[in-house]
Amino acid sequence: MKLKQVEKILDATVCTNFPYEDIEVSAACGSDLMSDALAFGEDKGLLLTGLNNPQSIRTAEMMDISCVVLVRGKEPDESLVSLANEKQIVVMRTDNLMFTSCGLLYEAGLSGGKIPYASS
Amino acid sequence: MQVLKQQHNVCANDFAMAGAASAAVKKTLNQLGFPSAFVRRTSIAMYEGEINMVIHADGGTADVEIAEDYVKITLTDKGPGIADIDLAMQEGWSTASESVRELGFGAGMGLPNIKKQSDELEVISVAGEGTTLIITTKVNEQ
Repeated sequence: MKLKQVEKILDATVCTNFPYEDIEVSAACGSDLMSDALAFGEDKGLLLTGLNNPQSIRTAEMMDISCVVLVRGKEPDESLVSLANEKQIVVMRTDNLMFTSCGLLYEAGLSGGKIPYASS
Repeated sequence: MQVLKQQHNVCANDFAMAGAASAAVKKTLNQLGFPSAFVRRTSIAMYEGEINMVIHADGGTADVEIAEDYVKITLTDKGPGIADIDLAMQEGWSTASESVRELGFGAGMGLPNIKKQSDELEVISVAGEGTTLIITTKVNEQ
């Protein structure tokens, strides 16, 4: 799914300042806890979170995630957006709740990722 | 390829900069052309360790050895140490404060995640003196 579709489906606002429309994401995960997100194995993915600090971008960077969506109407911190622009990781914000955001994307065909290191 | 060695300082109580050392190592690994899945799991393992140093141990140092077929990361701190390493290796067990959880960490997944992402993990800890994590990832494993 292209990020311009994600933007439309979530009625989101893009906060970063570089081209994003044609970037593809293959899967998504949603978590406010970054250690949970770090167990997510998919690259070229999308992270939905309510965590409004630069660690959401650091986590995305480590995981090769190309877009972070801030849910629940949060306005991203300046430090978060600045780091995201530097790392070329797209940041969007949406007024939708976490559950609704995940549901809308899932319904539109974006799946959850596999967890290759899961213990069972 | 010659073994490349780097040292990074991990600053205490600077949560905004936590992860900067791991990001620098990730950039180096990408520049050297390591496979992306290997770079990702090495970066995640180091990042979890780096976050632990900021949260629990007032920072420390990260010594990184990059060879053709492996990366060895030694994270050394002079923090409070880990009282019970077996307990700390269990998923969900954490001594992190509520304020750390509000920052998105402290789920008790740090050490278990490091173990899963790495090929070898050695934890040396003395209560009251500090902790050393030696994390090795191998290119052809996993």
